[in-house]
Amino acid sequence: PRVGAAAASRGMASFTLPDLAYDYGALEPIISAEIMELHHSKHHRTYVTNMNSLHEQIEEAAAKGDASKLISLQPAYKFNAGGHLNHSIFFGGLCPPSEYEPPSGELAALIEAQFGSLEALQDKVTAATVPVQGSGWGWLGYDKAAGKLAIATCANQDPLEATTGLVPLFGIDVWEHAYYLQYKNVRPDYVKAIWQVANWKDVAARLEAAKSA
Amino acid sequence: LPPDHFKSTAATCHGPRAPRAPPAAMIALRTLLVASLGVAVALAFRFTGPARHARTTPSMKVDHAPLPYADDALEPYVSANTFSYHHGKHYKKYVVTTNAAIEGTEMEDWDEVAILKAVYGKDQGLFNNAAQSFNHKFFWSSMKPGGGGKPTGKLAEMIDSSFGSYDEFRKEFATAANTAFGSGWAWLSYDGSKLVVTKTIGADCPLTTEGLTPLITLDVWEHAYYLDVQNMRATHVDNFLDHLANWDFAASNLEAAMA
Repeated sequence: PRVGAAAASRGMASFTLPDLAYDYGALEPIISAEIMELHHSKHHRTYVTNMNSLHEQIEEAAAKGDASKLISLQPAYKFNAGGHLNHSIFFGGLCPPSEYEPPSGELAALIEAQFGSLEALQDKVTAATVPVQGSGWGWLGYDKAAGKLAIATCANQDPLEATTGLVPLFGIDVWEHAYYLQYKNVRPDYVKAIWQVANWKDVAARLEAAKSA
Repeated sequence: LPPDHFKSTAATCHGPRAPRAPPAAMIALRTLLVASLGVAVALAFRFTGPARHARTTPSMKVDHAPLPYADDALEPYVSANTFSYHHGKHYKKYVVTTNAAIEGTEMEDWDEVAILKAVYGKDQGLFNNAAQSFNHKFFWSSMKPGGGGKPTGKLAEMIDSSFGSYDEFRKEFATAANTAFGSGWAWLSYDGSKLVVTKTIGADCPLTTEGLTPLITLDVWEHAYYLDVQNMRATHVDNFLDHLANWDFAASNLEAAMA
């Protein structure tokens, strides 16, 4: 997440909505332009706006040493900041279907060694993600301690790393806003399709960063 | 109900029978007999509280209850298109899944309220389906065409005494609905002495809290509003409070709870 330069110079954190690396319609026919526009310019933007507002309230409460207030702000902060973190990873992890390239190099080797094939990995992530109850996310993550890929799911906007310790590599948003206008109630079709727009270069970069961290 | 209704559903639950053409006198007699049977059966199904709806298809355990109004009756606030998915797919799946899970168990003939209470904290999967079966049926009745606005009578009195005023209740209910961080529900319930607003996540509902009786609910899962107002949950909440809330339903639930 990027911190606004002007705000940073005042000594205050201010988060900004990251631009997409592609047009809203670029992921069609896998994810519609209508969904991408709403998802990015409304949902993600709202998380960023709320996160900034909460940061101000948190800083104020912290300056006063108001523990009770800080605690009361935590659920909203986890929700909105988690939403910002998750969506930043999500949008960066997608690419137009015409630019799709399967995993290569170290990432491919790791996938092969652990799952046998890319398809097997995708099937496992799909199988874990589809049954998420209500709103949540499916994740391919990296277990630094074990040096292995891992599959996990989180509820609502709970962020993967803070919740499980796994470093997020690729996320699948299964909040209904991520697919409903196009796929309606048929979540499995959306999750199976999203692999066609998976940006494995981004995944590889995240894995690289996780290993050297 | 058509003359053949009870015969076919009670016996075989297959598709409609081939039409026959008995003499007029026989038709009249049969209609009279079936009408009498219909009345007798309807009387046999008692209401045991806000959650219990009379069964119309005896062979189903948890019933896929029809909407209490035409599917376009709540337009422009909730569209027929939304209901085709919300009622016809989401709600139906919860009901079908619940019935499949209880088949062959001691809960086979139980309604969704009894099931959800029995498995709460024990079987998350069955709880989700049974509770969502209840929640959705309760939600359909929580709305009506020409609803919304301020309640009257005893319910209005209790809203004033519990929240200070209708406006304060409205603010609290809207806040609960707008800040359910994920898929969830907003509820107005009776706690034995006053009214309370709560929000729940997922399939959770007030029935699992000792002493709480739900009066009215608003579904804020995204599928409840996304096709109609997209990300604008606040609009969905305002539509419910201003144009749809079925205060008659809430009032009768309150009356039953206070009886």
